[in-house]
Amino acid sequence: MTEAAINTFGRLNLRRYNLHVLGPLLALVALIVLGAMLNPNFLSYGNVTNVLARSAFIGIIAVGMTFVITAGGIDLSVGSMAAFVAGVMILGMNSLIPLMGVGIPLILVGMALALLTGFGAGLVNGVLISKVRIEAFIVTLGSMGIYRSLVTWLADGGTLSLNFDLRALYRPVYYGGFLGVAWPIIVFALVAIAGELLMRHTAFGRHCAAIGANEQVARYSAVNVDRARTATYVLLGALVGLATIMYVPRLGSASGSTGVLWELEAIAAVIIGGTVLKGGFGRIWGTVVGVLILSLIDNILNLASIVSPYLNGAIQGVVVILAVVLQREKKASEQ
Amino acid sequence: MEALLGLNGISHWFGPIQVLFDVNLELHPGEVHALIGENGAGKSTMMKIMSGYLQPTEGTLQLDGNPIRFGSLEDAEAAGIIMIHQEFNLALQLTVEENIFLGREKRRGLFLDQKAMQAESRALLERLNCPIDPRRKISDISVPNRQMVEIAKALGRDARVLIMDEPTAVLTNRETDTLLEQIDRLRKAGTAILYTSHKLNEVSRIADRVTVLRDGHKVLEAPSRELSEHRMAEAMVGRSLSTLFPAKAEAKSETVLEVRGLTVPGHVEDASFILHRGEVLGFAGLVGSGRTELMEGVVGLRNASGEVRVNGVSIKPGSALAAREAGLAYLTEDRKDKGLLLGKNLRENLTLLALDRFTRIAIDRRAEEQALSRAIEEFDIRAGDREMLAGNLSGGNQQKLLLAKTMLAEPDIVIIDEPTRGIDIGTKQQIYGFISRLAAEGKSVIVISSELPEVIGLATRVIVMARGRIAGELEGERITEDAILRLAMELAEPKAEVE
Ligand SMILES: Nc1ncnc2c1ncn2[C@@H]1O[C@H](COP(=O)(O)OP(=O)(O)OP(=O)(O)O)[C@@H](O)[C@H]1O
Ligand SMILES: [Mg+2]
Repeated sequence: MTEAAINTFGRLNLRRYNLHVLGPLLALVALIVLGAMLNPNFLSYGNVTNVLARSAFIGIIAVGMTFVITAGGIDLSVGSMAAFVAGVMILGMNSLIPLMGVGIPLILVGMALALLTGFGAGLVNGVLISKVRIEAFIVTLGSMGIYRSLVTWLADGGTLSLNFDLRALYRPVYYGGFLGVAWPIIVFALVAIAGELLMRHTAFGRHCAAIGANEQVARYSAVNVDRARTATYVLLGALVGLATIMYVPRLGSASGSTGVLWELEAIAAVIIGGTVLKGGFGRIWGTVVGVLILSLIDNILNLASIVSPYLNGAIQGVVVILAVVLQREKKASEQ
Repeated sequence: MEALLGLNGISHWFGPIQVLFDVNLELHPGEVHALIGENGAGKSTMMKIMSGYLQPTEGTLQLDGNPIRFGSLEDAEAAGIIMIHQEFNLALQLTVEENIFLGREKRRGLFLDQKAMQAESRALLERLNCPIDPRRKISDISVPNRQMVEIAKALGRDARVLIMDEPTAVLTNRETDTLLEQIDRLRKAGTAILYTSHKLNEVSRIADRVTVLRDGHKVLEAPSRELSEHRMAEAMVGRSLSTLFPAKAEAKSETVLEVRGLTVPGHVEDASFILHRGEVLGFAGLVGSGRTELMEGVVGLRNASGEVRVNGVSIKPGSALAAREAGLAYLTEDRKDKGLLLGKNLRENLTLLALDRFTRIAIDRRAEEQALSRAIEEFDIRAGDREMLAGNLSGGNQQKLLLAKTMLAEPDIVIIDEPTRGIDIGTKQQIYGFISRLAAEGKSVIVISSELPEVIGLATRVIVMARGRIAGELEGERITEDAILRLAMELAEPKAEVE
């Protein structure tokens, strides 16, 4: 069966591949042109900063998700994990005020706590999946529920708020910037560049793709499959921690509804970007483009009043399905 | 006599690359036609065209004298044309019986008639002397047994034309004999058979006619009794061939690998052996005797108990990485499922095992490209273009890529499981030369092979396994086909020896 597929599609391989590389980029350019035509404010500094800064949380997480999916895994828990990390971070910082006082050291401790919590949560997912050998879908479905319920419990059903003075001190991490570029955008860009390098130019990235393509072959090629797979979840967990560090100063609070559906948005962005859902091939820059496409759709619907913003979800859904249809043709030509 | 299936002026291109040039061929009922040629000559492509898997770019097919076009393999199957592929087409997660009946399941009312299908599967497998339980999953049975299932699947479909692409590449002599008997039976029943193999002795034994392809051109067609094996080989490679095996070198006395009391649960029991520097050690035995499992245990790919020492230092069991760092490399017999990433290009496949040698922080893409150029040259990998996917290489060229990948890790001890499976005779000679050069350079090689001439021609010492145990060891003059078979069978079937 697969052989027949190779042969029919083999001849068109090159052309199709180019379409797959260009597809998401073309869609992004089309959206930008459309947005600029519909609303002159679209390309204003304020709007661009707003769109990019809001994309940053999902974007940072989606970069980590790209590694997980490339290695043949999935992580449904990232949204709940972000809420949980935010909760732990806020509670931790509030309770350390008597000891450390309000100041930059405390914020640094809070950031370290967030990274550590994310790292730990990712490690738990990774170990359960690769060492205990439970399906990734099941493990992360479970941890999704666990973190969501833990943060609701920590907040006692309400909202956890950061101490008022701390919040004022921490605010610039989201709202401030460097040379006119907001910090979340800078961090997202750095994460994306590092991710792209890691995926395309290091042994780790190559190993992720090999594991996703055929785990047996990877094992027989002396790749430490368990370790690499665990590492993808740990990396994702740490990036969730990083995203939370950028997110908490925005609202200064966390609740049971923080980060709801982030996992689906992150997965959607990865798929739109051309990473293969079954694993074996991943593209970080594609994921970045995917994130931007999703937030631009949202932004354009809000700015232009042709289509109701309530249909945002529907349009994003159509885009994801379209991307998968294109990807299926690519799978056939690849294997 | 009218041809049952004919090819007229077939040419075929993959993208810009032409792989078949104006080829004609006729298959007659009750005749076994052998198609031979080097790796990448176009044999599989031609067979796929005959069985509807591929549409020829130019030329026509004729069935019973009438022009015909197969839109799909279902069309061809409906016309009674069945093909057994070089690479397996079995669903790994399904059982043997489910695979044999895939697409033509037997029903009783609304439900599947599993009892009947199992009984028929068992009967088909019995015809092939292959007593495996039809309820086992394909993923749980050995590679040669999978081939037997593939053959049983084709036998069960009552073919008018049976096309077999290297069916014996993964079989041992005994299984090959059984298969050839079945082919003979089908021939007597009037089936037209097209057959490829790189084992020319088989071709002389079974074929009525032989067609030789070289680089996509038909260079010879003749009745097989008019051709010697030597003549066939020369027509294939287009030059004269000298002796197949190089002279054997003397091993040193230094021990590089010592395996003591290795047990792989369910497969190997208490195996001990040593390997010397500069030695080529052969491992022979019947299929299922545990040779592959033993070696996988040695290199940490399977859970095993016992001790493995490399240069006197004991290595951590169960860790493929530790084995690789100790200088051990294992080349799998299952290139499609364990050896190569078929959906990735040649470069990424080549460097996967030795990736650390191309990496400081980032991977050095340029060094990888150079390694690929060297590998293509050294191992004579015939690839249409460098960027092609490993899955699009011809079977034999995939094997060469796998060999290149293993050697790139520069191991001190190389364990090669079926080194020349599916490889043409010219390249075989190159690989044998390569193995003996490795040994001469002071590396040590273990060769597992089901082809006895290969073990005998290469190894200075041969260990024979039977039913998961080491049955005996032969050295120097005592390595003969007879002695190996005696050891291999003695334990397996005490009476089989008499035959
Ligand atoms: N889908 C494909 N795309 C591109 N090239 C292909 C494809 N399939 C086969 N080829 C090329 O066509 C040529 C003939 O391949 P084929 O598989 O027919 O060889 P073969 O004679 O069966 O060799 P072997 O003995 O190694 O099995 C090879 O050069 C191969 O690389
Ligand atoms: Mg072939």
